[in-house]
Amino acid sequence: MKYLDEYRDAAVCERLLGKIRARASRRWTLMEVCGGQTHGLLRWGIDDELAGIVELIHGPGCPVCVTPLESIDHAIELARRDDVVLTSFGDMLRVPGSAGSLQDARGVGAGVRIVYSPVDAVQLAARCPDKHIVFFAVGFETTTPATALAVRQADELGLTNFSLLVSHVRVQPAMELLAADEHCGVQGFLAAGHVCTVIGYEEFHAFARRFQLPVVVTGFEPVDLLAGILACVEQLESGRYTVDNQYSRSVRSVGNRDAIRLVDDVFEVCDRPWRGFGNVERGGLALRPQWRAFDAAVRFPRASLPVVEPPECRSGDVLAGRIKPPQCAAFGRSCTPDSPLGAPMVSSEGACAAYYRYANRRTSLDVTAGDDGVSNDVRAAT
Amino acid sequence: MSDVQRGWTCPVVHDQTDRITLAHGEGRRAMRTLIGKRIAPLLGAADSCALGDAAVLPVIDRPVVMTTDSFVVSPLFFPGGDIGTLAVNGTVNDLAVAGSLPRWISLALIIEEGLPWETLARVLESVGRAARAAGVEVVTGDTKVVPRGAADQLFINTTGVGELIGDAPHGPASLRPGDELVGSGRIGQHGVAVMAVREELGLEPPPVSDCAPLVEAVAALRRAAMPVRAMRDATRGGVATVLHEWAGESGLTLWVDEPRVPISPVVRGTCELLGIEAIHMANEGTMLVAVEAGYGDAAAEALRRVPVSSRASVIGGVVARNSEPVLVRRATGREFPLDEPTGAVLPRIC
Amino acid sequence: MCLAIPGRVVEWIERDGLFARARVEFGGVGRDVNMQCTPDADVDDFVLVHAGIAISRVDADEAARILEALAELQLDEMDEPQDGREAAPPTRR
Repeated sequence: MKYLDEYRDAAVCERLLGKIRARASRRWTLMEVCGGQTHGLLRWGIDDELAGIVELIHGPGCPVCVTPLESIDHAIELARRDDVVLTSFGDMLRVPGSAGSLQDARGVGAGVRIVYSPVDAVQLAARCPDKHIVFFAVGFETTTPATALAVRQADELGLTNFSLLVSHVRVQPAMELLAADEHCGVQGFLAAGHVCTVIGYEEFHAFARRFQLPVVVTGFEPVDLLAGILACVEQLESGRYTVDNQYSRSVRSVGNRDAIRLVDDVFEVCDRPWRGFGNVERGGLALRPQWRAFDAAVRFPRASLPVVEPPECRSGDVLAGRIKPPQCAAFGRSCTPDSPLGAPMVSSEGACAAYYRYANRRTSLDVTAGDDGVSNDVRAAT
Repeated sequence: MSDVQRGWTCPVVHDQTDRITLAHGEGRRAMRTLIGKRIAPLLGAADSCALGDAAVLPVIDRPVVMTTDSFVVSPLFFPGGDIGTLAVNGTVNDLAVAGSLPRWISLALIIEEGLPWETLARVLESVGRAARAAGVEVVTGDTKVVPRGAADQLFINTTGVGELIGDAPHGPASLRPGDELVGSGRIGQHGVAVMAVREELGLEPPPVSDCAPLVEAVAALRRAAMPVRAMRDATRGGVATVLHEWAGESGLTLWVDEPRVPISPVVRGTCELLGIEAIHMANEGTMLVAVEAGYGDAAAEALRRVPVSSRASVIGGVVARNSEPVLVRRATGREFPLDEPTGAVLPRIC
Repeated sequence: MCLAIPGRVVEWIERDGLFARARVEFGGVGRDVNMQCTPDADVDDFVLVHAGIAISRVDADEAARILEALAELQLDEMDEPQDGREAAPPTRR
């Protein structure tokens, strides 16, 4: 497939890996902000290839990981209503709320349906006038044009049986929190290429200057990821900290103006609690007052009481890069992928789940191979 | 079951006259009429009386192989097949990959009250067609009708009996380092086809299931006298699950070369779009074959001579156990652990 | 956070308004995609699609330029790997 296969080319990846290894005079710590990039790094084994040369900290850019417990509980509560069908992306189905996931709720009869696009949820509402269709709107800036469009379409169609349960988040405030944290060891950021496709990267110039950290707008295929890492290492090695765009086939500095206009028309910036982070100032988007008719939280206020995260879960510290998952007392003991306490253990690209699988594999290596078990133990623990 | 699981057919009241009712399940006469006059002819049974509660099978001088499987696919119909073709081919393929020639199957229907007769008739016609294509005879069966909500439209169980031809493959425990893995065709087609219909993804052309009998493919390997160690149809959980099962049963490491795994442009595009992996998606007419070292290409060539496996190719091999049970070599030339799918595969956006 | 896949615009179905949409092809499969945010995409252009809507038109010239630069990327004498790692281990240990 064009624009995918060329960016998975073995020879180009090899050259980029060689270039990064040769260029790095020391070990650098970078954060890939986006969960999609984490997925790519793990799928293509890039983190492993660069072990000891570039350490990649998996950032908080995973809606599955940061959507607050209250929102998931609220979504489940809505799905249980006889008159409501809750729609969302497949990603959200397995994420645990305080008592089970949407998938669990569906198993006992709640109306939950996966959609590929929010505009498909609008079509569903048009076809099923006797049900109220709620779309659980999670995701970063990339997803906001699609949900804003859904609201505008529902309005144009005169639908009164469609609304959004909004839990949209904005990436930059979280990056600022991370960069300002003195325990955060991140020396450079790979900015999320698809977020920047929508919002551009002009705002990152001030960020790079303020925190003296390089920011490289990066794509998602292995060649893109490696080119982004190389550009970041180049900046670090030469003591620069600017904004670099390595995903220029899609990202323009001003973003997509049509998309920004659409989002601005429907949403406004708000404070939002992030799972693992607590309240993030200006960290979310909410429907503007004139679109309140489409706000599921207004239409169906939450009945359940606010809940607290399990106190032993340190996912906030993990997401902020302050600790590695094995440093959490619950890791691998009371918290496993089969019974997760925190979201990073849920999603397959979550930092805790990734570490859990990695650590388990090293244990089996120790038993069967035994020759280089020590170095691998060290790698798993550091 | 709520409407949500049914793909949103609006619950408009249809003509009530031709639906399966509880009476069909309770009254002896209504049931006799249903089976004798309506079900048996659709199955192509030569003599409707033959479809009794028990079938007498002829004595054969070879070991018999038996399997059973239940089919609960939703939706009932999908491009490339339906629950009827699936119920025949699923059981036929389990018999075939065990090294036998499938001969007879039973057919047990569990029908949700209110199922339109037309729907049942379509499924039964498919069963008849699929049985003829696979060379098996439906010899006995059972029909139950359950109250609305106690089943999702229609469940089918089939039990199959086949005769073992030659020696049965020794199975995955007999795998040795150096053995080669052959895929009989393009992967992931059934799982993607069903997901596309169930989630109403609006794909064009719609992905088509590979649902088909593997009898001819297994016969082709036999004719070519291939030293087959193990065969398995890669159904739920896809090729990845078979690889993990075999790695577990053999204690060895299995690897696949991703660029050599046959995949249709439709499945490829769908998987990229939805962020899912074809190797995790179900197949219903595609199997994995392990042959002794040096026989991979010959086995693939033998398979390619029959239509059901015309795209067979060597896709990987077996090595001594290392740190991972299953490795995948990606397009970049690097090898990575291949995860076993956990739970249902869901489309993702992040 | 966001899976977006490039697809080729095959045909515009509705040119204007909130329901602007085109048939877009991804490998061998097509889907209707909302084009509200990429009104200037022509047939045969590639657009990046996320959650059913096109979020950008892929810049073919820019893509070609970068790919060319990457293809010419050479390791010079000084750029040899310093840690003596094998470039491509045959299998994982």
